[in-house]
Amino acid sequence: MTDITESARSYAMRRGWFRFRQSGLSMLGAALVLAVLVIAVIGPWIAPFPEHIAGGVDTANRFRSPSMAHPFGTNELGQDVLSLVLAGTRVSVLAGLGVVLIGTIGGTLVGAVAGFVGGWADEMLMRLADLKLVVPGLILAMAVAAALGPGLMNMVIAIALSWWPGYARLVRGEVIARKEEVYVTAARAMGATPARVLFRHVLPNIVSPIVVKMSLDMGFAILTVASLGFIGIGVRPPTPEWGTLLSVSRSYMPDFWWTAVFPGLAMFTAIFGFNLLGDGLRDVLDPKARR
Amino acid sequence: MLRFVLRRLMLLVPVMFGLTVMMFIIARLLPGDPVGLAAGPNATQAEIAAYARDFGLDQPVWVQYGRYLWGLLHGDLGVSIFSRRPVLADLIAYLPATMELVFAAMALAVGLGIPAGLAAAVWRNRWPDYASRVAALAAISMPRFFLGLLLQLTFAMWLFWLPLGGRFPIILEPPPTVTGFLTLDALFAGDWEAFVTACRHLALPAIAMCLSPLATIMRMMRASTIEVLQQDYVMTARALGLPPRLIVFKYVAKNAVSATLTVIGLYFGWLLGGTVLVETVFDWPGIGLYATSAIVSQDFMPVIGVALVIGLMFMLVNLLVDVLYGVINPKVRYT
Repeated sequence: MTDITESARSYAMRRGWFRFRQSGLSMLGAALVLAVLVIAVIGPWIAPFPEHIAGGVDTANRFRSPSMAHPFGTNELGQDVLSLVLAGTRVSVLAGLGVVLIGTIGGTLVGAVAGFVGGWADEMLMRLADLKLVVPGLILAMAVAAALGPGLMNMVIAIALSWWPGYARLVRGEVIARKEEVYVTAARAMGATPARVLFRHVLPNIVSPIVVKMSLDMGFAILTVASLGFIGIGVRPPTPEWGTLLSVSRSYMPDFWWTAVFPGLAMFTAIFGFNLLGDGLRDVLDPKARR
Repeated sequence: MLRFVLRRLMLLVPVMFGLTVMMFIIARLLPGDPVGLAAGPNATQAEIAAYARDFGLDQPVWVQYGRYLWGLLHGDLGVSIFSRRPVLADLIAYLPATMELVFAAMALAVGLGIPAGLAAAVWRNRWPDYASRVAALAAISMPRFFLGLLLQLTFAMWLFWLPLGGRFPIILEPPPTVTGFLTLDALFAGDWEAFVTACRHLALPAIAMCLSPLATIMRMMRASTIEVLQQDYVMTARALGLPPRLIVFKYVAKNAVSATLTVIGLYFGWLLGGTVLVETVFDWPGIGLYATSAIVSQDFMPVIGVALVIGLMFMLVNLLVDVLYGVINPKVRYT
């Protein structure tokens, strides 16, 4: 019996991979995401001016326009913009991952409990999640980030706090739908504890919508991180972060446009890549959304 | 219908209550020293204490909260510890600018997104559809503040076509206030020049704001149009030999729009919160800029006020959308 389900699963995966490969856009997204992830890992090592990443300055070379030595130019401190952008990739990707992971874990737990237990626990948790619908996430994240103070970790916590309700809603809906399935009744009849039913039988079956949402959210999380940086309550210099870089460069427009345009383009490319990938994954994993 | 509206209005009370509790928790229980910040770096311990006493910040949190709620019931949203101005007055002064921006962006998004979505559905799986899909994903991926910056760079700094920021030049006399929307007020006053000036200031921020809702509305419109196109009555109309244009515009478009309406309502709240970034880029004097400066200085009364106003607007707009459903689709019954 295990054999049959295994082969069915691998067949579904092969089919999914085939469909995914057919779409040029999905493959472009996957390539962009792979590039972003690789740069996030090795960025600081391939940067042409690693000393600038740690906050080193080179005042003799302020505001050099893009050239062979500095492909993205230099900024107001004479720092190489390319090096900062490369190093900023790690900050943005880490922060985005942190937000999405915390949001997913927290939201899944809340949603699973709400959907599985029902009754007043459901009411309470979901009304709490509803509040998030009313306050814009960015304002909430800004308020929490400002109260916690600057720093990467604080920013991740602040954004994640406004992030979990989306997952809670999704998981709750799925859990309620799965709870009445025959295999759940069967597991119960065999004496499985509610926790075992939830974690071994229900949750594994709703992984794909969660994964789709995570990949679609990754781009949005990176965007939110950059937004906080842009407003000035995110990561502080000298830690290179795309939004912060852009915000500092605003004062040097239009003459020194490269100080803002390249971090912005990096941001756009990363977010675009994750959105393309997420869209492609949804087409493959979520047959309901397929058209 | 009336009962439905009243019931929904009643629901506002617990939500607003929950919002105040949540914002108070953020404001008071998290670390941070708003009073020290407001009193300035050179303030002595005694001065800070006096400052805190002035604003009731030396009281326990629940006393502060009780006072806030009591004030709220009397239309008092507290006082900013920085400017010492009442929050309500500030909100009334800044809200019209934000609303004007949001409405302008929404008008652009709806006006362009619905025809574009219709077109993508009609030419499904052909190049206009693929192009619109890439464009929509790119639009959603574009950070609004970066787009705003690029627009400023291109149209204000290089081409000198449009102003860099602000809402109205300080040296000019704004039209007399009727609605608070400068464009409408200028029209009411019959001042054509002021109308053009206001529109020129509004153009770039509205474009920077509209892109992401435009993309979402277009995708929603595409999906709902495709669904409607597969209905039996469309097949009947085709079989009767009605011209395709008539079928799409007269029979399909209206039904497809009603499904898209929900997204428009949901996006409204998102836009209200999203003005924060665009207002910062364009120095647009709205509640977003107000909230940002308050948050940076940890001045929480204005922040709570902004959150309440946005929450209220969001719920009212969604109520309006639900009522509009009934107008577009008479099958909808309110219970």
